[in-house]
Amino acid sequence: MSQILSIENLAVTLQGDQRVIEDISLEVPEGEIVGIAGESGSGKSLTAAALLGLLPDRSQTSGHAWWRGGAEPRDLLTLDQRSWNRVRGREIAMVFQDATAALHPMLTVGTQITEHMRVHLQLSRRDARRRAVELLDRVRIPDPEASLRSYPHQFSGGMRQRVAIAAALACQPRLLIADEPTTALDVTVQAGILRLLEELRAETGLSVLFITHDLAVLAALTTQAYVFREGRVIESGATEELLFHPRHEYTKTLVAARPQADDWDEPEQVAR
Amino acid sequence: MTEPRMSEPRTPDLDADRPEQAEAEQHTDARADRILARRRWPQRLRVAEIHSIWRQPAVIAAAAILAVWVLLALLAPVLTDDPIAQSPDLYQPPSAAHWFGTDELGRDVFARVVHGARLSLPLAVVIVAFSLAIGGLVGLLAGYLGRAADEILMRLTDLVFAFPQIILAMAVAAAFGPSTRNAVIALIIVSWPIYARVIRSAVLSIRTSDFLASSRLLGVGPWQALRKDVIPNSVGPAVVLATLELGNAVLMLAALSFLGLGPRPPAAEWGAMIAAGSRDLSIWWVSVFPGLAILTVVLAFNIVGDALRDRLDPRTARGVR
Amino acid sequence: MLLGFLLRRGVITVVLLVGVTLVSFLLIQAVPGDTMSATLSEQALQDPEIVAAYRARWGLDEPLYVQYLVYMRNVLQGDLGVSQQTGRPVLDDLLTYVPATLEIALPAMLLSLVLGVAIGLYAAVKHDRAGDHAVRAGTLIGLSTPPFWLALVVLYVFFYLLGVSPSGGRLSTWIVPPERVTGSVVIDSALAGRWDAAWDAIQHTALPVLVLTVLTVAMLVRFVRSAMLEVLDADYVRAARAKGLPTSRVLTAHVLRAGLVPVITVSGLAFASMLSGTVLVEQIFSWPGVGQYAFRSASALDVPAVLGVSLFVAVVYTVVNLLVDLAYGLIDPRIRLS
Repeated sequence: MSQILSIENLAVTLQGDQRVIEDISLEVPEGEIVGIAGESGSGKSLTAAALLGLLPDRSQTSGHAWWRGGAEPRDLLTLDQRSWNRVRGREIAMVFQDATAALHPMLTVGTQITEHMRVHLQLSRRDARRRAVELLDRVRIPDPEASLRSYPHQFSGGMRQRVAIAAALACQPRLLIADEPTTALDVTVQAGILRLLEELRAETGLSVLFITHDLAVLAALTTQAYVFREGRVIESGATEELLFHPRHEYTKTLVAARPQADDWDEPEQVAR
Repeated sequence: MTEPRMSEPRTPDLDADRPEQAEAEQHTDARADRILARRRWPQRLRVAEIHSIWRQPAVIAAAAILAVWVLLALLAPVLTDDPIAQSPDLYQPPSAAHWFGTDELGRDVFARVVHGARLSLPLAVVIVAFSLAIGGLVGLLAGYLGRAADEILMRLTDLVFAFPQIILAMAVAAAFGPSTRNAVIALIIVSWPIYARVIRSAVLSIRTSDFLASSRLLGVGPWQALRKDVIPNSVGPAVVLATLELGNAVLMLAALSFLGLGPRPPAAEWGAMIAAGSRDLSIWWVSVFPGLAILTVVLAFNIVGDALRDRLDPRTARGVR
Repeated sequence: MLLGFLLRRGVITVVLLVGVTLVSFLLIQAVPGDTMSATLSEQALQDPEIVAAYRARWGLDEPLYVQYLVYMRNVLQGDLGVSQQTGRPVLDDLLTYVPATLEIALPAMLLSLVLGVAIGLYAAVKHDRAGDHAVRAGTLIGLSTPPFWLALVVLYVFFYLLGVSPSGGRLSTWIVPPERVTGSVVIDSALAGRWDAAWDAIQHTALPVLVLTVLTVAMLVRFVRSAMLEVLDADYVRAARAKGLPTSRVLTAHVLRAGLVPVITVSGLAFASMLSGTVLVEQIFSWPGVGQYAFRSASALDVPAVLGVSLFVAVVYTVVNLLVDLAYGLIDPRIRLS
């Protein structure tokens, strides 16, 4: 199976020689959901930022991030601003942890779903809105027509994340980076979002890089998983193998820290 | 007004520590916010970080300027002529004998500018000290007692904020009658509320923070907590504010004197000197030099205050966006 | 909730206005000696009739709270006392001078907001680089400059040295003022079709507008910069960039839109700075506005006029703040639609 994204020996240094990612290699097979687990500060969010060229100013990177989702393979770490704007949103999209913060409070949902469609796909206003209605319907937002004219604060937390996912999928990207998209939501809402992602993968062949600190979510959703710690990958492999037979001490403590193994079953059934 | 943002523990990679207080203040009181937002307040004085401001050349220059002014003020009687001694040499342009020229009464402008520092600098300190004492006490009481006391005290500060600062100072000084003392009183009256607001918000943020709660669990009484936790933690914002307000006090004192509501003639006061020179543009030296004196002093205070705030506030110091 | 917001703002404003009159009233009480001797001229004090009328009008024989109510009634009727200098009611004086002040304050306000937003956004985008440092140095100098001295310096340079600007006033002496319609010499000249007079009037406004703008822009830029920095750091801006929008679109549609909300709230402060500026600056430019009236009243210790001006300014300022809050409520959908 072909790898749509291969990260080779990624290292990131922030301003002031602060080395936050030491050495990360990672592969995302096409049409699969790959998980990254790790505690805060392990470098998982910065990896996502590096993949979209959204690292803080004056950060330095080394290594490669081979992207095969475009016309030809490219190293994401070497893109200039113009090329970035063709990759971002168009080929790789992102969903953030807190949809409340990630949606502009003063722009209508319609604008936020259609604005990049009009840039990337050169759609007319009408076509973009028609597609937005389909997208909102796809992520199960009730009354999509009316929702286009609403503002984010008029939706519940889970609905907001669905809107954010609709916006991310607007230009039919090949890869979706989801940075803890369910952490801010309560469990039942969380399950719905996970189910949606799995459906999207199955239907459209979307690849997903799913970042989480929740091992239950990892188990429910992903086939491959990477465990990050202090800017390094300390263990990787098939998710089930990783969680039930962890080899690394750190992974063991992570797994042991989960209250009950039974927890994992429920969202798993929901997701499949 | 708005839904509170979900305060999920955020990943520190991209979002470094956000001071909760700024978040909470955002929509609580638009007016207070508007005043406070001009300056972003640090929460705690971090001594180690304060020293690092000396790495900035601008801060060193500002400190040098202030040191020179303090020296000039101290040594003025030795260094210069009598600032109020009149002479027949009226309106002399700058020369070797009179570096800054002479004014309409033949007085040496250099002597008057240097002696002006003997007036402006100590008065600014007095204004800031009293405003800080009054505002600090009010802020501590309001923040610590809460409820009705908080409400009454803060509405009192609202009243002062309802006037543009210099206009209220002008009204107070005019009502009390023009004199140095009344100008100082007027400026204290218009200055204390900003300290009250800032100290109060510092106290509130500490009051709700965990470590005060835990010290309460450990059986620390309210007064002890006030002395040990609240006051030391309000020092940071107070220091930043006081530094900036020293400059502001010099500016406003000059403005009151310019309006004829400050120290009476023949006292050498910068604002009054500018007013005297404004009557005739051809004698530019009479007003230009006192103006430069004000500019350098105020700028120096502002540079130091700004650097302090940056150091004490993780948000603006971060340099990440 | 919008209604609640409006209602709450309205109530706060009314309470504030009552408080403002209370402050004003207390200041009159603070005038040393007999309030009467401070507010009436020597001549008037000699006249028992005037004294009796004065005592009755201000209720001086009644207890303090009655005096306050009397004062409130007078203020509500527009009676701010009589200026010792001009011998006219303070309110009449003020209304005469307001148009002149507006003629420089409004253009300065507009210019300040435009420049403040543009420069502030520029500095925020260039955060911690040369452009940002230059802007920051400039604003610090602007905030540290005494307004009246800056006015004097620009007048010295542009009028005395270069001769490119008039010395002051609203019109050159050889030009017959246009008939008063709006009170703005520029507009009135234009209405009368006298373009030479209009151009002359505009030249007269240039320096005062410049000085007021410099002072206010310095404050605005610092505010806008920090507001924009915060917005640039927000998740929704990162999300907009992650959608691959061009930088121009991110800045205008996303950053500016969110950053303008705090800017609107600070425009009230800009207005206050403008009002304070006119008091300190108009005199230098012989500009016959409220500021010069305040300056002259203060210099001459015309207490009723000074207190009248301060009350007037506070009322205007409070109302402006109310309008600002309302604008804020209307612009932010979170308030408008909840």
